[in-house]
Amino acid sequence: MKKFLKNNAVQALIASLICIVLGLLIGYVVLLFINPAGAGEAILAVIKNFWNYSRANLQIKNFGNTLVKTAPLLMCALSVLFAYKVGLFNIGAAGQYVVGTCASLYAALAWGWGWLPCLLFAIVCGGVYGAIVGLLKAYCNVNEVISGIMLNWIGLYTTNMLLAKVKESTSPYTLHLKTAAPQAILPTLGLEKLFNGNTNVTIAVPLAILIAVAILILLDKTRLGYELKATGNNKNAAKYAGMAERRNIILTLVIAGALAALGGSFLYLTDFEQWSVTQSAVPGMGFNGIAAAFLGGLNPIGTIFASYFIQHITVGGAYVDKTMYSSQISDLISSLIVYLCGFVLFIKYAMNQGLAKSEDKQKQKAAALAAQSGKGGEK
Amino acid sequence: MLLLIQYTLIFASVLLLVALGGCFSEHSGVINLGLEGIMVIGALGGALMMRYLPSTLPAFVMIVCVLLGAVVFGVVYSSLLGVACINFKADQTIVGTALNMLGVAAATVLVKAINTAANPDDVSSEIQYVDAKKAFLVNIGSFEFNWFMLVAVVMLIVAYVVLYKTRFGLRLMACGEHPQAADSVGINVYKMRWAGVLISGVYGGLGGICYILAGVSLWKFENGVAGFGFLALAVMIFGQWKPTRIALAALLFGFFRALSNVYFGFPFLMALNIPGSVYNMMPYIISLVVLAFTSKHSRAPKAEGIPYDKGSR
Repeated sequence: MKKFLKNNAVQALIASLICIVLGLLIGYVVLLFINPAGAGEAILAVIKNFWNYSRANLQIKNFGNTLVKTAPLLMCALSVLFAYKVGLFNIGAAGQYVVGTCASLYAALAWGWGWLPCLLFAIVCGGVYGAIVGLLKAYCNVNEVISGIMLNWIGLYTTNMLLAKVKESTSPYTLHLKTAAPQAILPTLGLEKLFNGNTNVTIAVPLAILIAVAILILLDKTRLGYELKATGNNKNAAKYAGMAERRNIILTLVIAGALAALGGSFLYLTDFEQWSVTQSAVPGMGFNGIAAAFLGGLNPIGTIFASYFIQHITVGGAYVDKTMYSSQISDLISSLIVYLCGFVLFIKYAMNQGLAKSEDKQKQKAAALAAQSGKGGEK
Repeated sequence: MLLLIQYTLIFASVLLLVALGGCFSEHSGVINLGLEGIMVIGALGGALMMRYLPSTLPAFVMIVCVLLGAVVFGVVYSSLLGVACINFKADQTIVGTALNMLGVAAATVLVKAINTAANPDDVSSEIQYVDAKKAFLVNIGSFEFNWFMLVAVVMLIVAYVVLYKTRFGLRLMACGEHPQAADSVGINVYKMRWAGVLISGVYGGLGGICYILAGVSLWKFENGVAGFGFLALAVMIFGQWKPTRIALAALLFGFFRALSNVYFGFPFLMALNIPGSVYNMMPYIISLVVLAFTSKHSRAPKAEGIPYDKGSR
């Protein structure tokens, strides 16, 4: 049992679960504070998400919808995770996600490209966008958090400007892909049959999971991954060991940017949502990616489950009783979870301390016993 | 033209206040990336004051109450950063980001709850303060003087005096440069860092309420403060962590932010036929360029971002 608790992965899992429970608990308290009458029901509605429907076929269909939005979140989370492993905090994922959306929608609607070129174009644009942060960091020592935020806003305004050219004439939304560019919709490969004919479930979902595995392999099993992590741990040591530390920083952000951008096209090329060109705030997907990455214990596989959980409660927020509460309660819970993730190191430290103490006690007991039996031998 | 000056001054006041907040926190050794969230919560405190106080109050009482509301909310919220980063040695980047997300989410949930409680059909996240806002404005000719401009100048002087002319300020800065050395001569590093964070809460809260009062007479809390907390950090870096330079930098950034509000009042700018989005992007682009040139030789406090551990060497 002790050995089991000392395992790093187990500790990470326990810490994440503590964060989730505390986050939900504080969310519940906030609901109680707003209106005690329906707080219990509301928090259950958030947790239940698609189980709020009583009919099985609707449940499975809405489960599909949650998965559709999990794929882009997972990509954003992987982007944050990948950069964090190299010691960079990619808060620019939100902007890279927007740029990916812009690139894929514009290519699809204005140029009539198919889905594969659209995806590749998004990857290239996101990579370039990430490279800006990387170049500024590597050559000008600009804090990547600040430049990332600046680029988020620049990306948002640019996207609104460009996509205004392919929007519906009577609304601020971009054209429906189904009617305007059906060639750009991601193929489903029969996945919709699993989800009661939900055609929004596309290859994006399995692709995102495959990419998560690929990131795990890249980070843990390849020379490049080792070099990148070494650069993250100590830039100067990496340079001393003959690694191109500047190239590594830029490369990291190119990959991170491409990942987040791919997330954007994973959502918008399913035609599940249309982009509103009057949007005045950067979409929360990238920021929720931060939550998912840390909740997943900064492990790609853990991040898959964490992304699903964050998206599950985000969608679940729509089911609260709107006459009393607002759907943003789930944003509140996920941001609380990020805050609590700041304490993960402390939680692990406390666990190890506790284990060490109980071990000490056992040792003392054993020593005392040994001493007693020793005395007994003398007599 | 007058309008441009007016907007420049008010946006510069916001940036100045928030950047000074960041300055205090960083001089004590804590990077405060949560300024954006602190601004939102401070703005919430002030806006709630304006909503619930009768607008018949004398202007002076009104102003003091609103400022106090913002300051109290800002300080309380910034203590979340203090607990996590100083006492529990959490990663300052994660906690700061969490505070930004939490600020917007919490303010939205709260304001929506208040609105829905007052009127079940109202699910907006807006607070209106048409009458209360008048207390802050004095018309001098066609120039609309805003009391916040004065508040910003006073707070600048206070910051300068506190940082450079008092024992407290010098000790605070020592904790950001070399906390071990400061500790060895009997300064309580944890206390000093707490002071730095809480002061940044005061300034951030003031900046927040100033920001939402700068423009229209209602505020939608879902929108947050549009990256102003981070623009302020850029101002702080450009100002090399020195209050007077920060003031100049704030004026420059304020000017570009103001342009996006009033560019249509200038015939020659309209003749260029640049889309409005480009003007909206301007402050962010400028800050990127400025950061690219100033970050290389930055004079950041040496120990910022590193949690202080008494036991480590």
